[in-house]
Amino acid sequence: MHSSRWFNLLVQAGAIVLALLFTTLVLLASNAPPLEAFWNILTGSVGSWGKFSDVLISWVPLLLVTAGLLVTFTTGLWNIGIEGQITLGAIFTTWMLRTLQDSGWNPALVISLSILAGMAGGALWAALAGALKTFGGVNEIFGGLGLNFVATALNLWLIFGPWKRPGVASMSGTVPFDESLALPALSGSRLSLYAVAMAVVAILIVYFLLKGTYFGLRLKAVGRNAKAAYLLGVPTWQYMMMSFVICGLFAGMAGAVQVSSVYHRLIPSISSGYGFLGLLVAMLINYQPVWAAPVALFFAALNIGSIQLPVVLKLDSTLAGVLQGTLVLFVLLAGGARQKFMRKPDTSTSSVHHPDSSPSAARGPKRETGEKP
Amino acid sequence: MSIDILIISLAGVLTAAAPVLFAVIGETFSERAGVINLSMNGTILLTAMGGFAIALATDNIVLGFLAGMLIGALVAALVAFASITLKQSQVAVGFILALLCRDLSYFLGNPIMGESGPRLSTASIPFLSEVPVLGPLFFKQDVMTYLSFILIAGAWIFIFRTRPGLMLQGIGERPAAAFVRGANVNRMRYFYTILGGALIGLAGPIYSLSVKAGWKGTISGLDGIGWIALSITIFGGWNPVRAAFGAYLFALLQWLGLVLQPMLPGVPAQVLQVAPFPLMILTLLFVNIGNAEWVERTLAGLPEPARRAIAKILRALRATPPAALGVPFETE
Repeated sequence: MHSSRWFNLLVQAGAIVLALLFTTLVLLASNAPPLEAFWNILTGSVGSWGKFSDVLISWVPLLLVTAGLLVTFTTGLWNIGIEGQITLGAIFTTWMLRTLQDSGWNPALVISLSILAGMAGGALWAALAGALKTFGGVNEIFGGLGLNFVATALNLWLIFGPWKRPGVASMSGTVPFDESLALPALSGSRLSLYAVAMAVVAILIVYFLLKGTYFGLRLKAVGRNAKAAYLLGVPTWQYMMMSFVICGLFAGMAGAVQVSSVYHRLIPSISSGYGFLGLLVAMLINYQPVWAAPVALFFAALNIGSIQLPVVLKLDSTLAGVLQGTLVLFVLLAGGARQKFMRKPDTSTSSVHHPDSSPSAARGPKRETGEKP
Repeated sequence: MSIDILIISLAGVLTAAAPVLFAVIGETFSERAGVINLSMNGTILLTAMGGFAIALATDNIVLGFLAGMLIGALVAALVAFASITLKQSQVAVGFILALLCRDLSYFLGNPIMGESGPRLSTASIPFLSEVPVLGPLFFKQDVMTYLSFILIAGAWIFIFRTRPGLMLQGIGERPAAAFVRGANVNRMRYFYTILGGALIGLAGPIYSLSVKAGWKGTISGLDGIGWIALSITIFGGWNPVRAAFGAYLFALLQWLGLVLQPMLPGVPAQVLQVAPFPLMILTLLFVNIGNAEWVERTLAGLPEPARRAIAKILRALRATPPAALGVPFETE
């Protein structure tokens, strides 16, 4: 048992090395010095406290969406609509802040209400994707993609229409809110410890929800085998809807943080691709909540570290995305290769001992890697 | 006068739909064989950049298109390898590649951004292009648009009227039965996924060498087309003719968005450009709703004539995916 675990780690390490090699080749292909590029990413992310606090700022929304996505993945759902859910969260937060900004209420109350509104907005958009799936028969991937575009359109319409800056509307977004309506940040930085706390609590909630509750177990049952779960009395579609809504709450919270703590206004690309990046993180950690925080931190560091590449080395900052993508791709391929080429004798003996006619075998924990329907 | 402008605009809609058509029909082949190639959005961007870069370097448009096909085929081969040979989730590997190829295209395309390169020219067909209305509409196009017309008919005939096409339907619908009848299911899946990938790979260069000539990085306006093409594939019910209808509808709606812009000063341009997307979801809903269980239950409770009428409409709209779409095939 132990040796196979070590072997597993070795395969994963090999995948990481391959990803680095591939990225190096990409750098060489564009006539860039690879070591200097990697060094720049390192110094650009942890080189100073200011840079590291930027990493933490981008860690918060990434960890929030990853936490949410772990729930939908557990139920076997591909919540690609997460980008739209972040956007709706940001829109609802902005809407609540606009409504209450002149009310004279206590800022703490206003901020709390607007974050709650953002969560509601994300949940609403997620519920829409869920309803399209459960009642309309529209696969969540396609429904979600469509809803992403609708959310973007709605966002742009608000920024250029009803909520435009006095005078001329622009891509720079709505009028910034008063400083007092921002989540309190550390002095001299945009980093808010409240936001960090929200993300940490979110991932802890998801960890305990999935590991230690009956509810989490039932979500898992629906994800493993919806038909069997239904026959065993789990209300399948209700659980799918709940899983969408929970994910939407976290995505909406990420959007709320983007507005109330990072940008202090609504901007066109408010979701900043965190939703899709969160999907990558969830895949890379093989849907295990334990690894969500460190891997999300690593991805956030890559994003922030590559920001200075265009200035220093005249390279595009999408290098971070290339590295993240190849990393997830090679880990997935390595996992598949390990299963295919290394474990053949193992599976053949086990099938002798447990003929797969028994119903328990069908529901057992047979899936080790991230196979999702 | 205004009729002429209208005809020229509609001819432009046919041109603009050509890349979407290649992508959608490529995806249709892949999904007919049972493999979802979710990487399409990234593939289109990477082939747009790669095709333009090659055409720019060699000053040869044909090489640009070939490079696009090669890149598209390679990405599709990776999807096929991960899903068929390694039995990993098609959706996962496709999604990763969609993001990876997008970022690769922006990163590698950085040095050639904004450069002006070769561009596909219009090739009027003699005699036919002189025909009033139809001539300027259909026969004053470029080569790739003509090929897109041929592709619709060719793909339809291949899938529904030839033996290999029948086999293709078989490996997507009932792979076990096809296997018994002598088909090497996994090898055929590889073949059609890669073929589909090569077709998708033409979509990119058609953009960067013709429809939206050049490579402009993130402001190329190509990000998202691949996701739309995926929706159109479903809207098209895995039928090339119906898919073509979807592609033309999409191009028409985008054009209408541009035309209506001056008439609706309150609505920003960016909103009208995304107007087709909500309509796409609605159509997806109508196409799929016939598959939902509660609809059947509700229908059963309705009086007979109403039930029959609604069921008929739903059946006409309905698109049922190939039964084995996304399911690995194993011989045991």
